[in-house]
Amino acid sequence: MTETTARLVKVPGSKGYRRENPYLRRFLIALSFLFAFLLLALPLLAVLSQAFGNGFQLFWNSLTNFFTLKAMYLTVITTLSAVLANTLFGLAAAWALTRYRFKGQGLMITLIDLPFAISPIIAGLIFILTYGRLGWAYEFFDERGLKIVFATPGVIMATIFVTIPFVAREIIPVLAARGTDEEQAAVLMGAGFFRVFFQVTFPHIRWALLYSVILCAARAMGEFGAVSVVSGHLRGKTNTLPLHIEILYNEHHYREAFAVSAILVITSILILTARSVVERLAKKESGPNVR
Amino acid sequence: MSSPKKIIPGFGLTMGLTMSYLGFFVLIPMISLAIQTSHLTWSELFKVATDQRILSSYKVSFGCAFVAAAVNAVFGTMLAWVLTRYRFPGRRLIDGLIELPFALPTAVAGIALTSLTTDKGWIGQPLAALGVKIAYTQLGIIVALTFISLPFVVRSIQPVLEELSPDYEEAARTLGASSSAIFFKVILPELKPALMTGFSLAFARGLGEYGSVIFIAGNKPFQTEIAPLMIVTRLEEFLYGQATAIALVMLLASFIIMFLVNRLQLRAASLAGE
Repeated sequence: MTETTARLVKVPGSKGYRRENPYLRRFLIALSFLFAFLLLALPLLAVLSQAFGNGFQLFWNSLTNFFTLKAMYLTVITTLSAVLANTLFGLAAAWALTRYRFKGQGLMITLIDLPFAISPIIAGLIFILTYGRLGWAYEFFDERGLKIVFATPGVIMATIFVTIPFVAREIIPVLAARGTDEEQAAVLMGAGFFRVFFQVTFPHIRWALLYSVILCAARAMGEFGAVSVVSGHLRGKTNTLPLHIEILYNEHHYREAFAVSAILVITSILILTARSVVERLAKKESGPNVR
Repeated sequence: MSSPKKIIPGFGLTMGLTMSYLGFFVLIPMISLAIQTSHLTWSELFKVATDQRILSSYKVSFGCAFVAAAVNAVFGTMLAWVLTRYRFPGRRLIDGLIELPFALPTAVAGIALTSLTTDKGWIGQPLAALGVKIAYTQLGIIVALTFISLPFVVRSIQPVLEELSPDYEEAARTLGASSSAIFFKVILPELKPALMTGFSLAFARGLGEYGSVIFIAGNKPFQTEIAPLMIVTRLEEFLYGQATAIALVMLLASFIIMFLVNRLQLRAASLAGE
């Protein structure tokens, strides 16, 4: 690489210029395309081609199976519950952690981060140890006729656990960076909590909130490890779509497995698109510093 | 942050909600783990610590997660570099695709990568002619872990590269440094904390990953069984003690990684504040 091949190139997003080797540039861009294509795009194409390869009719038939529809229903319910619960929690936690000072803030943040740090399998394990047949809380719920492990509540609780950090983690830095001046002013003028929250705070965090809700939904929809441990794989009862894919695949019903996967691939492409649209809208509205 | 406790309303409501939620969903289940740990017998620990199958599953998990994180450290840095430094058609597409592993359910990623890399797959077939097997080998595990942990490295490095002022490079250039010297002596040191953070996050994620790996691994004892799978099989046999013992080692590793990441981020923050 000789220095004479370098040329001046404008730095994106600034006034400066920087020297750049055009051959190196082309090589790195080509390599990035190759890597992204092989590792990221090709798996999507493989799923879609195997789902639609035999025509749309067969694809449709593989989806309108009773157990697939049941699994789809459970996935929707689980995703909605997890997103709703974690949005409420995330807002409350972000408010408590950034609006007040108290002992144990560090511990609270650690607890919020914990689900990201541990394996989903371990998340499933601790729920089994608590609510499973040999768990210490089993009798309490059993006497009240409530089954948690190997039932829908367990699936929902495990999904909630693995997605706890999403909203809180996104909102905490935004609220911390904003400070509390506007809220204090609103309070002094006589606004109550809900008024302060919805009219003063909310407008500043809505993009970050929407962004985190989208990512939370993606993870909730796709959670496999934790749910697989607590669900017991009861077909038509506690099977979510990802678990249903596993069963179909292991039983060599490949066409059905890929048809169901195609649904999730399309959903995740929609999620990614929504994510980048939100990101762009947020940037447009509030300058380049906010997500 | 100067916020006298009583001025802003909602303390009781938000604190109460946060604490009971965390208590119910995180603290209580974690306490169960502690209880189960305290009931562990020496013989259970001994069994787990000397079980060759479990030990090789640790080796597979740690080894493959490390290699995948290292691959991502190289290619993730390259992608972050290309995405921040260059403007070219298709850039936004790649930038969006980077996040795919966060959005795609891991089971789907697992069967997709498997179908690509078996002897009949688009990638597996030409490689099989060369004698390279990916699916149902440790190479397959590495491919799956590389897929799922790629965004961690790219997204850690990207913001740092964007913030990096071109002045240092220009200064180094006028002092006669070559391109490679500038990259390795000026840019890379600046990226180091972010790169280490991304690497650690990728490694931690790879260590715990289950969904994508079990499809592509083939799950052969002593060869392609990962540690999370051993926890699952012990649970299925109702050997909760052994499952807990296997999990404790993984938890210890995760906590060490989490601690290191926090230290790195604190250091990066204090460097930026100077």
